[in-house]
Amino acid sequence: MGSSNGKKAVMAVTGAVMVLFLVLHMLGNLKIFFGRDSFNDYAHALRTLLEPLAPYRTVLTIVEIVLVASVVLHMWAAISLARRAGKARPVKYVAKKSQASGYTTHIMRFGGLTIALFVVWHLLDLTFGVVNPKGFDAAPADRMVAGFDPSRWWVTLIYVVAVVMVGLHLRHGVWSAFQTLGWVGRTRTRTLRLGAGLLSGVLVVGFLAPPLAITFGVVQ
Amino acid sequence: MNLTLRVWRQSGPSDDGRMVTYQVEDVSPDMSFLEMLDVLNERLILEGDDPIAFDHDCREGICGMCGMVINGVAHGEQRATTTCQLHMRHFEDGATITIEPWRAAPFPVVKDLVVDRSAFDRIIQAGGFVSVPAGSAPDAHSIPVRKEDADDAFDAATCIGCGACVAACPNGSASLFTAAKITHLSLLPQGQPERVSRAKAMVDQMDAEGFGGCTNTGECTAVCPKGIPLDTIAQMNSDYLKANGK
Repeated sequence: MGSSNGKKAVMAVTGAVMVLFLVLHMLGNLKIFFGRDSFNDYAHALRTLLEPLAPYRTVLTIVEIVLVASVVLHMWAAISLARRAGKARPVKYVAKKSQASGYTTHIMRFGGLTIALFVVWHLLDLTFGVVNPKGFDAAPADRMVAGFDPSRWWVTLIYVVAVVMVGLHLRHGVWSAFQTLGWVGRTRTRTLRLGAGLLSGVLVVGFLAPPLAITFGVVQ
Repeated sequence: MNLTLRVWRQSGPSDDGRMVTYQVEDVSPDMSFLEMLDVLNERLILEGDDPIAFDHDCREGICGMCGMVINGVAHGEQRATTTCQLHMRHFEDGATITIEPWRAAPFPVVKDLVVDRSAFDRIIQAGGFVSVPAGSAPDAHSIPVRKEDADDAFDAATCIGCGACVAACPNGSASLFTAAKITHLSLLPQGQPERVSRAKAMVDQMDAEGFGGCTNTGECTAVCPKGIPLDTIAQMNSDYLKANGK
């Protein structure tokens, strides 16, 4: 795990865990379009999953632990690889022109930092309710609808910027994970790149639909 | 053609180095980039100046000795072309051209545009070989090889080890070079016995030399004079992860 290739594999695997979580998270969010009760029931179901086999919130806690571990490892590997890269080029070029297409590859580190900051805000807003008008004790759907109220348009704006950044991050990240784990054949590269773009697009649309619908009054 | 050159001048490994501007006049569009530098150097020698040091050998695009970053692009903007095969007709009359050496900690500058690429040799020494009984050449068809594998192995084997991939990579990674060598051998029957240990030894050596890690930007493939494909890196990763799984 200490080699550069080992760290890349850590990034790929932890990234895959987070992408899988994002897909489920997005599907859960869309429940808001079926009404507040549907959304609240879903939130409750997440906490009572496997009951009475396991105590309240067992599955959710395990998911949270895996996610925190993934985020920490992903960031550790990224920082360590970025430092290695910095040391590998101590003297910068006077002129340097990118030849590869796709600027998403060049904003991965900046994008990762933006997403990390957003996650902090997002948890304070909708998980802990600290910066949410309804607070921690309100029902999940009430927190969500109040959080994206038209009067709080700037919150929606933060989400739009962050989610687009997630999309750009995954546009390169998803394909890159396959390449890092060596699962790319000569013929599959194109398909994988297209697939990564498609998945990123679906996630961006799926994640932005609820906040935009609430801010523009479609969901009340 | 009349050109303005901004060239990196560094008298030795311990010198700080700086960009120096030169005017070059009456350049023929049919000259290669290196011939254009030869013209400038002849003048510098006549004037009692130190000529610009740069690496070159075959000047046919097959040896991998030449290479410099021209206007921010390794080997210049002409795709799949070494510096020696880049011709002045691709530049505008009156243009200013910036020329720098490969920039990477494992490639220390020896003088001006010459860098020490021994790090590549040590990566090859770590595992870029096959242990087979030497002797007279066997019959060409004694070991069958699938046509597709032979083609892919040959594509990887065209790597001339010029180092443009390292120069272009934003991380200063040698992944494309190492991957080309690993892929070339791991696709052929002769390379199978050492396939997994080879990947581990070469990747570990690459790390030890101080090259950066790959982030799959594809900058390397874009400047590679031989067009080594990026999926050779996937092949290297696959072999390397298998080595660590065992």
